[in-house]
Amino acid sequence: MVPLQATITILVALGALAVALTSDLVRLVIVSSAYTLLLVVLFVVLQAPDVALSMLVVGTIGYPLVLFVAIRRDRADD
Amino acid sequence: MTRRVRLALFGVAACGLAALLLWSITGLPKFGDYHGAYGKILNKRAPQERQTSNVVAAVVFDYRGFDTMGEELILFAAVMGVAMLLREPREEEAPVPEDPVRSDALRAFGVSFAGATLVLGLWIVAHGYVTPGGGFQGGVVLAAAFLLVWLAGSYRAYRGLARAPFVELAEGSGAGGYVVIGLCALLIGDAFLHNLLPYGVAGKLSSGGSIPLLNWASGLEVTAAFVLLFNEFLSERAVLIDPTRRPS
Amino acid sequence: MSYLPFVLAAWIFLVGIFGIVRSRHFIHLVVCLSLTQSSTYVLLLSIGYVKHGGAPIFKDVPLGTKAVDPVVQALTLTDIVVSVTVAALLLALAIQAKKHAKTMNPDELRPVRG
Repeated sequence: MVPLQATITILVALGALAVALTSDLVRLVIVSSAYTLLLVVLFVVLQAPDVALSMLVVGTIGYPLVLFVAIRRDRADD
Repeated sequence: MTRRVRLALFGVAACGLAALLLWSITGLPKFGDYHGAYGKILNKRAPQERQTSNVVAAVVFDYRGFDTMGEELILFAAVMGVAMLLREPREEEAPVPEDPVRSDALRAFGVSFAGATLVLGLWIVAHGYVTPGGGFQGGVVLAAAFLLVWLAGSYRAYRGLARAPFVELAEGSGAGGYVVIGLCALLIGDAFLHNLLPYGVAGKLSSGGSIPLLNWASGLEVTAAFVLLFNEFLSERAVLIDPTRRPS
Repeated sequence: MSYLPFVLAAWIFLVGIFGIVRSRHFIHLVVCLSLTQSSTYVLLLSIGYVKHGGAPIFKDVPLGTKAVDPVVQALTLTDIVVSVTVAALLLALAIQAKKHAKTMNPDELRPVRG
């Protein structure tokens, strides 16, 4: 259990850094979605299936869609 | 302030903040050693007291039901804010763009997937207080089912399904319903959001007293809020009319 | 391992603020704000974690089994869903700002008059 927790903790830490360092917007949507998936695994490891489910639906449906449309609108105005 | 100066300033401040955070972490109980009385008592008593096998749902909709009402109202207010910012007065007269999906495979896959997603969402909401899930998670899945109609069919089909007045009514009744259920308890002489119904047997769908009611109210609220959110974000013509595509 | 998840929460918080500071685009800024917010979820859930404890769901599990704290989980799960709508509100504000100032770069924004 402990090696699993340590591994996913380090992966989430790297994922967070990747989100902050990605400047290209479309890439950012994908990177941040991947980050939320890592968080889902972390929450499952921390025995929080309810929270993991919440993060899963939000990270795969809510955030990407809202972000993509915002990017599309931003580009359409240029 | 130039960019370079700002980043340097942030570097200094972040070092200080990091040191303070690390210092505060050493004062926390060790990871896995926390003995919070509240959570322990709930884990021991909630399954019998409220007849819910999922203690998290019992906390969300019963023990801390008042907090959840606050969260619901934040959700409601945020979506109203989005609608007010993005809705344009002339939108009513704007022609609805034709935006059909031309691939039959995509259409067939998407429509069958929309049905499956709808059932999955309803299942997650319905079993919220038995297994992991509930109105908040299931609501987002239900909204995704509506969205699949747009992705697989057309904007017109989606607009037919998710009419703004209807969705707004659903959102209002979801948020209002939660408050009304709370007020009903006041009417019969109990505390606000106190349980109204018999508790039933844990592990069954008819368990948990008024938890199922509050669960479905928040499911309705979240579904409608997300559909409305997609509506507002997708509604502008700039998003839908692709300049590279010829009108059919 | 005894403090690692707490350090992770502090790390995510700092990285999120770093992202906000170096941001050149409002959409990136909103994503980094959500990133900063996610550090609170990690902190709360790792505080509530109990060694060798199961999930606080007593279906097919005898009552009294060691389980993690349900209160912190209830706090996070509603907030995660609400945070999307708040992020959407911020993005809507960014879209409006673009309409008025013709830019999505926070550095290029000038104070608006009346």
